[in-house]
Amino acid sequence: MYSEKVMDHFQNPRNVGEIEDASGVGTVGNAKCGDIMRIYLDIDDDQIIRDCKFKTFGCGAAVATSSMATELVKGKSIYEALKITNKAVMEALDGLPPVKVHCSLLAEEAIHAALWDYAQKHDITIEGLEKPKADISEDEEEEDY
Amino acid sequence: MEKKIIYMDNAATTPVKPAVLEAMLPYFTEKFGNPSSIYSISSENKNAITEARETIAQTLHTAPENIYFTAGGSESDNWALKATADAYGTKGKHIITTKIEHHALLHTCGYLEQKGFEVTYLDVDENGLVDPAKLEQAIRPDTILISVMFANNEIGTIEPIAEIGKIAKEHGVLFHTDAVQAYTQVPIDVDEMNIDMLSASGHKINGPKGIGFLYIRKGVKIRSFVHGGAQERHRRAGTENVPGIIGLAKAAQIATGDMSERTAKEREIRDHLIARIETEIPYARLNGDRTKRLPNNVNFSFQFIEGESMLIMLDGKGICASSGSACTSGSLDPSHVLLAIGLPHEIAHGSLRLTISDETTMEEADYVVDQLKEIVEWLRSMSPLYEDFVKKARS
Repeated sequence: MYSEKVMDHFQNPRNVGEIEDASGVGTVGNAKCGDIMRIYLDIDDDQIIRDCKFKTFGCGAAVATSSMATELVKGKSIYEALKITNKAVMEALDGLPPVKVHCSLLAEEAIHAALWDYAQKHDITIEGLEKPKADISEDEEEEDY
Repeated sequence: MEKKIIYMDNAATTPVKPAVLEAMLPYFTEKFGNPSSIYSISSENKNAITEARETIAQTLHTAPENIYFTAGGSESDNWALKATADAYGTKGKHIITTKIEHHALLHTCGYLEQKGFEVTYLDVDENGLVDPAKLEQAIRPDTILISVMFANNEIGTIEPIAEIGKIAKEHGVLFHTDAVQAYTQVPIDVDEMNIDMLSASGHKINGPKGIGFLYIRKGVKIRSFVHGGAQERHRRAGTENVPGIIGLAKAAQIATGDMSERTAKEREIRDHLIARIETEIPYARLNGDRTKRLPNNVNFSFQFIEGESMLIMLDGKGICASSGSACTSGSLDPSHVLLAIGLPHEIAHGSLRLTISDETTMEEADYVVDQLKEIVEWLRSMSPLYEDFVKKARS
């Protein structure tokens, strides 16, 4: 059901982990729906993304799209990163099954959420970046355990 | 080198046993005659079907004329519900079932609701058990049918069928049970248990796909499911699936014959799997009842991880299993069974079902747990939920 690239990025995901004192962290998704993505960005003074890591709770496609998204934003400026769409993530993975397209949307949102966090922390406005919808980095979901 | 496959998804389907296939094969070629024709090659087939019906009837301790061959479990469930609604709809329009039934039953109930029937979906407890007292309270003067599965396909819980049958009989309400998972795993006596209708399937018991049966107690008014010829006492028309019927009967005969030794062996491996997972993998929850449990079923939820990713990684190690996660169901919701036993969504997403067979070995069970440990650990290391949990625990 998955392309070879998806399988590769699921089984050998790139950039798994955390960045301590990250410039920006974005968490999107919902444990109820079975997908949560967290992206960490390390952004230098020239607004270039030096490093990017992720953690994901979700299916094979969720892990693979997170992995690919981190690969795509690394080395980019924040404005270039902002332009990375879910389509670009999907294309880079040689496509996703229709029921998994939402995973690529989540990856796009996760990048935006991390950029938003960076902008907030540094008190800047990134043109074209809107407040992410699904940031659930607050602890509210924990209650359910 | 060909990768060895460890198949632990026997609740999904099973391979046809060689003896079953051998019994079926002649009925594809030289014994191809239509059982309804009068020449000898056909009447021989008619006799073969009669014998098969007798074999099946014996496994349930009933008479052969109460057995109707169908295309499988889903058809049997559909037939039992729709035909009962049809025949008894003037008497009443209320049906009682549970929240953990197979979709073949739940979606048929949904269809009947659209047709003006009212359905009570009983809750189950945290182990998936139906409370007979609550079931009795739900019975109304217009209740025409109670349908409770014999054993659950996901969590393996065996329901108190004899008690439910007794209640149904005392109240004069028909009782149907979907025994697709329980048949040949658990002894069944339809008279002792007061079962009026029972669904079963061939491919779950090392028989072929596309064949099953519905047991209907004599005296139950039941309408034709397929109109046409006189097959199955005019109740289900269509030239019989002769090889399927022969295969189903052979599989049922073998599986009933060796039930006690086979299930004893399965129980031993099942309990070994459960014990090792519980001691070696933290934050794992056994789903389903510990003792009222199918001999071949193991079902765990692993916190902080998602089921589909577990399945893909297990597949990479040659292990076939299944999950109740949303990603395997094609919807955003995890399994209705896991939600019905009270699991929060995120824990239901991380469920894993292993269903073994009598061919599963202890070595295979150990290999699966060894792999599973690593996989769960790896997926947790990648999980933001686990990260939050660990940080919270530290602070």
